[in-house]
Order: sequence, then structure tokens, then C-alpha cells
Amino acid sequence: MTRKTRRLWLVLACVACLGTAAALILRAFSSDIVFFVTPSQVEASPPPADRTVKLGGMVVAGSVKREKHGETPVATFAVTDGQAAVTVQYEGILPDLFREGQSVVAIGTVKPPHGFVASEVLAKHDETYMPKEVAEALKKSGKWDPRFGPPPSAASWNNMTVQDASKSLSAPAAAN
Amino acid sequence: MSASPTLVARTGSFFHRYANPGRFLKLGARLQPWLTWPAIAFTLAGLGWGLFYSPADWQQGDSVRIMYVHVPAAMLASGGYAGLAFCGLLSLVWRHPLADLAAVEIGPVGACITALCLATGSIWGKPMWGTWWVWDARLTSVLVLFFLYLGHIALIRAFDDPQRGYRAAAILALAGAVDLPIIKFSVQWWNTLHQPDSITLTGAPTMSSSMLWPLALSTIGFSLGFAAIVVARTRAAVMESRIRALLSSPRRGGGAA
Repeated sequence: MTRKTRRLWLVLACVACLGTAAALILRAFSSDIVFFVTPSQVEASPPPADRTVKLGGMVVAGSVKREKHGETPVATFAVTDGQAAVTVQYEGILPDLFREGQSVVAIGTVKPPHGFVASEVLAKHDETYMPKEVAEALKKSGKWDPRFGPPPSAASWNNMTVQDASKSLSAPAAAN
Repeated sequence: MSASPTLVARTGSFFHRYANPGRFLKLGARLQPWLTWPAIAFTLAGLGWGLFYSPADWQQGDSVRIMYVHVPAAMLASGGYAGLAFCGLLSLVWRHPLADLAAVEIGPVGACITALCLATGSIWGKPMWGTWWVWDARLTSVLVLFFLYLGHIALIRAFDDPQRGYRAAAILALAGAVDLPIIKFSVQWWNTLHQPDSITLTGAPTMSSSMLWPLALSTIGFSLGFAAIVVARTRAAVMESRIRALLSSPRRGGGAA
């Protein structure tokens, strides 16, 4: 074994050990690394009232109620992961991306009579990037309602141009 | 094991062909215009298309255009560090002198592009998420990458004997490479506020092709630009070390007079 070969194996062995160590550490702390917990996790084991948790999930369609207590807007909405839903109360201005069907992360505490009281609400954007016209066309054609979940398979629309979309928008109108 | 020494030796000799600084300078001089001009052309085309002609997103509106800078910057932040780790391997195993010079020059360029990635991400995050920064796995692991770059920059220049700095920095670069898969898979392994990748090797991109094309162009442009800057800086470093050697040579007195 030449010195170069020995050095190569030594370096590879060190990198492999370090990688394994990092993987084990990350696995051990994986419950702390997650940015948010889901409504079903909160329902299964409710955290103590004094602990701040980040609750992530989809805003249930039709659950958003906006009120005004004096000057401050108060919003109540349900957040779901498909298995359980938690009612969230939030005082303040919601982010621009907040809407029914959007994924959000609410930061706050569980207070039994009110459900979840949030001190901050963050909107979570998904990996979908879609032009306005294409989104309109999909909504008009009835293939997708953003309030009830993510858009249809990207393969069905990602080659749709803005012209295609506006054509398919005007086509039903012309037929009527 | 019997084949491995020859393979290691052959790999070494392949890389050592370009360890000769004179050969690298010649190759670099020929390569440089083929990197610089296409880099400018692709970046202008990609950013021009992305910023002015591509459609606005149905939810994000015009804020989506930050992506045409943020995504290439993020890819290069990781890609540049992979290059740094590769230089570290060449340096530790084959004592490749050019790899050390390249590592000195990649560091600051990579740190700048990582800073650009973090800054554009933050500017996008404020209006979209509603916050400048959160400590989720993706954002934190990229911040760690930024600090790894800064540590590498400091370490490689910290010793009076440059060789010792090269060794130490090479070890840091290789150890830090553990962060690269963490960055890449953070959005799959843990739930994060950052969205998952839109472009994957296995599935159709979840991005309209009218946004994908300008993104592809600007990614090519940024990558060529990164390569052009690193090659130019490494050439300058080789020339600088030659001038130093020339100035400190004993014949200098007679030659200069």
C-alpha cells in the first residue's frame, strides 16, 4: 500500500465515521428538529398549557371566521392534517398567503376552552409555482379548488402556456 | 485491494497533469473567455426573462421573481462547497498544489453566494411566510454552511506556513461536507417551513415551464459565472506566486539592474 493509498483510505474512513456520527445525532434529535407538530400529534398527547408549540397543517375550508374586537382583528380557524383538526384563535394581521386550504404554522399554546391560542401565524408555501392564468383556468374547469387541497399533478399543467390558459378560459364563455 | 494502488496512482496522475501551474495557466487562459462571456449572456437572458417576461405566480404575485436569483444561488452555495471538499480530498491524499490554491479562491466566492442565498430567501420570506427568519432545518443548515465557508476562509489564512493552513482547511472542508446531504434532504426528512424541492430527478417539475426556462438559464449563467470567477482568481493566484518567486530569487539583483 503506497502512502497515497493509505491516506485515501484514512480520509474516506474519517468521512464515513463523521457521516455516521452526524446521522445518529440527527436521528436522535429528529423530534426536536421538526419545525412543527401536526394536529393529530397535539390531539394524541396535548402539550402542557405553558409550553409554546408550533402547530402545522392545512386551514379547513369554511372554518375561517374573522371578527373585530375593537381595533384588533381576531381570526378563528381550524387546522387539519387530514386525521384531526384543532381550532386556532389568533389576534392580529394574518400573512398575505393565508387562505382556506393553505398550509400554515401557528405558534402558540394549547388552552383547553379556546383550543389553540396563537401568538404568531406563518403561511407555508408549497413547491408549486403556477402562473395566475393557469390557476384560473384550472379553477374554472373544475379540476381544482384551492380551498380543498393541493393542485392536480403538475404534469397536467406545467406545459400549459398563458395563451393556452386564457384560451381555455374564453372557450367556455364563447360556448355559452 | 491489488488494483486499488494503481487506480489511486492513475487518478493522481490524471489530476497531477494539471498540477503543473504552467499547464494550468495555459488551459485557464484558453478556458476563461468560454466561461466569462456565456456566463454574462446566460445570466442576462435568464434574469431578463425571469424578472420582466415570465408570468407572476397565482399566489406569490411578483415576489416569485426572487426565485430566479435565490435558487441558482442556493444550488451554487452547495455546489461550491462540494468543490471545496473535492479540493480538500485532492490536497490531503495527493498533495495537489493547485487544489490548495483553488480552495483559497473558492472560499470567498462561495461565502458571497451563500450570503446572497440567505438574503434573498429572507426578503422573500417576510412577505410570503410572514417572517424574515425561522430556525427550521433547511434555513439552519444553510446558515451552518455559511459559517463553514467563513471558518474555511479564516483557517486557510491563519498559519505563517501556508502548507499547514492548507492541511487544516482541507480537513475542515471534508468534515463540513456532511452538511451538504443535510441541506439537500432537510425538507424531506423533517417538516420545515421551507417548501420541498420543485425540481427533482424522479418526478415532473411542480413548476410551470414558463418559469422553469428562465430559471434554467439563470442557473446555467450563475454556474458559469461562479466557475469564471474561480478560474480567474486561481490564475491570478498562480501568477502572484510566480512573481513572488521571481522577486525573491537570488538572480533578481543582476536581472533588475
